[in-house]
Amino acid sequence: MSGPRHGRGPRMPTEKANDFGKAWGRLFGYMHRYRIAIAAAVVMACIGTVLTLLGPNMLSDMTDLIQEGIFGTMDLEAVVSIALTLVVIYATSSILTFLQQYIMTTVSQRTAYSFRRDISGKINRLPLRYFDSSTTGDVMSRVTNDVDTVGQSMNQSISTLVTSVTLLFGSIIMMIWTNWVMAATAILSSLLGFVFVFIVMSRSQKYFTRQQKDLGRMNGHVEEIYTGQKIMKAYGGEDSARKEFDGINDDLFRSNFMSQFLSGMMQPFMNFIGNFGYVMVCIVGAVMYVGGSISFGTIVAFMVYVRLFTQPLTQLAQAFSSMQSVAASAERIFAFLDEREMEDESEKNVRIDDVKGHVECKDVHFGYGDREIIHGFSADIQPGQKVAIVGPTGAGKTTMVNLLMRFYDVKSGDILIDGVSVNRMRREDVHDLFCMVLQDTWLFEGTIRENIVYNSRETVTDERLDEVCRAVGLHHFIETLPNGYDTVLGDNATLSAGQRQQITIARAMVDGSPLLILDEATSSVDTMTEKVIQDAMDRLTEGRTSFVIAHRLSTIRNSDLILVMRDGNIVEQGTHDELLEKGGFYADLYNSQFEDME
Amino acid sequence: MRYLRKKDWCLVGVCILMVVAMVYLELEIPGYMSGITTQLNMPETDMDAIYHDGGMMILCAFGSLVISIGIGFIAAYIAASLAKTLRGLQYGKVQSFSSAEMNRFSTASLITRSTNDITQIQMATAMGLMIFIRAPIMAVWAVAKIAGKNWEWSMATAVAVIVVLTTIGILMVYVLPRFRRIQGLTDNINRVTRENLTGIRVVRAYNAEDYQEEKFGRANDELTDTNLSANRAMTVMFPVMLLVMNGITLAIYWIGAILIKDAGAGLDALNLFSDMVVFTSYAMQIIMSFVMMVMILMILPRAMVASKRVQEVIDTEPSITDGDGAETSSTGIVEFRDVSFRYPGANGDVLHNISFKAEKGETVAFIGATGSGKSTIVDLIPRFYDATGGQVLVDGVDVREFGLKDLRSRIGYVPQKAFMFMGTVGSNVNYGDTADSRTVEDVRRAIDIAQATEFVSSMENGVDGEVSQGGTNLSGGQKQRLSIARAVCRKPEIYIFDDTFSALDYRTDRTLRRRLREETAGTTTLIVAQRIGTIMDADRIVVIKDGAVAGIGRHEELLRSCQEYLDIARSQMSERELGL
Repeated sequence: MSGPRHGRGPRMPTEKANDFGKAWGRLFGYMHRYRIAIAAAVVMACIGTVLTLLGPNMLSDMTDLIQEGIFGTMDLEAVVSIALTLVVIYATSSILTFLQQYIMTTVSQRTAYSFRRDISGKINRLPLRYFDSSTTGDVMSRVTNDVDTVGQSMNQSISTLVTSVTLLFGSIIMMIWTNWVMAATAILSSLLGFVFVFIVMSRSQKYFTRQQKDLGRMNGHVEEIYTGQKIMKAYGGEDSARKEFDGINDDLFRSNFMSQFLSGMMQPFMNFIGNFGYVMVCIVGAVMYVGGSISFGTIVAFMVYVRLFTQPLTQLAQAFSSMQSVAASAERIFAFLDEREMEDESEKNVRIDDVKGHVECKDVHFGYGDREIIHGFSADIQPGQKVAIVGPTGAGKTTMVNLLMRFYDVKSGDILIDGVSVNRMRREDVHDLFCMVLQDTWLFEGTIRENIVYNSRETVTDERLDEVCRAVGLHHFIETLPNGYDTVLGDNATLSAGQRQQITIARAMVDGSPLLILDEATSSVDTMTEKVIQDAMDRLTEGRTSFVIAHRLSTIRNSDLILVMRDGNIVEQGTHDELLEKGGFYADLYNSQFEDME
Repeated sequence: MRYLRKKDWCLVGVCILMVVAMVYLELEIPGYMSGITTQLNMPETDMDAIYHDGGMMILCAFGSLVISIGIGFIAAYIAASLAKTLRGLQYGKVQSFSSAEMNRFSTASLITRSTNDITQIQMATAMGLMIFIRAPIMAVWAVAKIAGKNWEWSMATAVAVIVVLTTIGILMVYVLPRFRRIQGLTDNINRVTRENLTGIRVVRAYNAEDYQEEKFGRANDELTDTNLSANRAMTVMFPVMLLVMNGITLAIYWIGAILIKDAGAGLDALNLFSDMVVFTSYAMQIIMSFVMMVMILMILPRAMVASKRVQEVIDTEPSITDGDGAETSSTGIVEFRDVSFRYPGANGDVLHNISFKAEKGETVAFIGATGSGKSTIVDLIPRFYDATGGQVLVDGVDVREFGLKDLRSRIGYVPQKAFMFMGTVGSNVNYGDTADSRTVEDVRRAIDIAQATEFVSSMENGVDGEVSQGGTNLSGGQKQRLSIARAVCRKPEIYIFDDTFSALDYRTDRTLRRRLREETAGTTTLIVAQRIGTIMDADRIVVIKDGAVAGIGRHEELLRSCQEYLDIARSQMSERELGL
């Protein structure tokens, strides 16, 4: 009897771990600080089960005593004393079961807790390379689904396994002990039924898999059509979509029906096996009773043993399948925890205290995979200068950001800040030198204050906040909010794109680092707000060595160095005039934009 | 539930009859058991009687097995076909929804309603048919069987049932709100993780790893605490059930011992003894039935909520329906006559008295601040929404008079955010109801005009190259170009580009629009744009401010006459470039 299961779909096909034993081995290693508790739970489960097994035997004695009363006299005192013993046994076994489950629940929840904590920590120690090559959904599903599977299924699978095995072997031993002929009858008749059940179940597996696949197809199709509804309607794609849907819906109906039917068959079969075993025990028992070789109580005992014997077999099958899914989940979690982390930099201790902002790139080579995309880039940027990075969409403008911030390390060559190689500094010290405003305005659920102050080292006073917000043109807006700076931004905060960008600029301003990385893109911002934001950006670049992913002509023209990117490479570099004169890609780009004007 | 067809209701009826038969058979079993017991206790045991009873018992058990398989079959069939029907109805309904209904429900919610909610209903239906019908019948019948047999045993059984129900009741009161909270806390932890992942560059840049971990830690603590208290409470359930099951047997035997003792030796005692054995199994059946009913009652509310949500969608009538159809003589004309628009449920109009006219082959552009209503204007043309005042005319006819398909077949609409279907480049470009009438050559030409030939030919399989769901294997610019190609391929009378070009770099934007002009002359073009560069050569520019027209004219005229336009232009170009 498990708790209510929340949010589970229909029966899922069991996922298989690649290496079941290894996964469980590591899981136990991971839980080693609970090993005493787990051992205690296992022992309790065993004792509890053994007590359960003693029950029928004593009940049989009791029945014999009562039976004597039918045609003779009954020793009521003996009956009562057995009954009292049984009360104690039942109570103890229930208490032990409770304790055992309590312990295992606690252990598995705590383990899930540590998994979550470790995954969260791991996220922050992995190189960006990892996240650029995997999806958010993938990591998310480990934190939630996989950890949940471990938390939910582990306690059940371990305790079910222990009790079932004990119950199974215990009942076999007890049956043989009590009477081996009857034992053979009970075991054989039950097994006969089970062979049948296993054949049915193994055949049904493919329907479960198919159902899962069809459900996935249905989800995919519905999601696609609902999100693309406008396009579908604008182009009259309703009929073809409907046809596709009907096809999937029919398939899903068939696989749904079959798997629902087959999984519904399990329980009636188990009932039948129970009843069948029961009758067999009764008949064989009756024959033997009439022959005088057993007492009536023995039959009663066996009626219970048959039940105890058939029950763990089904449970074992379930326990194994949930152990499989725990193993599969644990494997994925461990695989994530085993990912190679960024190298440890604790012994690096070069720091620049009074940064001037002189940046020098020396023969930088870089590529994301084997293909090199930056071949020997060199530049010397004086403090306070402005570097514009330009190029068509998808030309790899973020690559420069990745290298400057040491999100990725250069293949060869070097980047020096104030003459110090960034590789000689700790990553967090490099990050400290920069403030950064990206096009993707990242805000989190929290107050406006928290979003702006974020991780600033110094405490930020309200005066400073006012000052910054005035500078980025947010002040008036914040004043109109009921809670001012303490207004909570929801997941889909009711801020316009422009306001979101203003907040990220404010965040960079509060941070106040000497170097700046700025993505100018202000797409989907109206022109008036754009002006405000551009002013704020200009203010941000004042006095800072800035790297700007530029979209505005004025920025490009006023910058001290333009890096022109195309297909990931830096194809040209120089000032606006130099590049125009050169008549290369940049000139082409620039002219195409305003061909009507010239 | 009212979506079960007549045939299904018949099946439900059959199902109930079968359950009755099954319960009958199952309750017969203890009778034969009792027969066996009595025989065994007779001074002269009659083996033939035992074989007879045993045989009957197996027969009953087998019969009940066959019937339950039958019930399972019917239940699975009804549940799966109900799910299929509901899915189909809901899908059809959603297809007929206009943007107003889509926004009201939100896409995410509609997806859940079409998938998870229906699965919930299906499971509840199947389980309901198999257990919910069976449990009460079983409970009532079993009670009837033992009623009057012996009040002491009945009392004991009643006490056991009460204990079980109270335990489950108390647990539910304690646990259910916690499980509900766990749902919220899980969402919370997901959100924090997603934040960390999507903002990973910002987190690193601000060295805010510890800040994030601390936040995650708090969420994790809360979740774990609630999880512990709920799941620990649930561990009480099984031991109590175990105790009750064992206890009831013991209690019946104990009481039986006293009763038999009191009855004194003889036939009375024998009858009592066999009753006792039978009573035990009936009592067990009763308790199990109650447990089952409670379990179902726990699942039921969720299924009810799910079916209410599905029902809500099916009952919603789309606000935009086909017109009676219209004959037109002219082509490519779009006219707004004093059009106002208000979103459903909103307090004020977002569009006020918009009037303009686009003649065949003209290019009309809309510019203005975000939220000024540019996109809303063009949404009224293919009837994603209907104007709430005034008239929108296409080819001289009110759009509400057209059949929707007819109207939309005249229009090539390209949204701000390109949307890709799973399939191939070709299936995405040649999309829609008239797809069959177009040749490979048409598709190639459309791709070429949309400046997509270069990247398409570099894809594996070219035009037959695969496009994954949502077009995740294409870049934003590539998707946008295919999305434009889709419109070109349709050869419409009217193009609508809703801020389509801002995702492209200037150079592509430029070439693409030149090719469009050259190759699709005679097609009316409506462009919503942010960049002056994109629209300055339009035949007419409509400047929108706060949902009203602030000026209409050509670029040069507006620079002189419209302050609003001048402001926008100045923020994007230098005076020299503007020729001022």
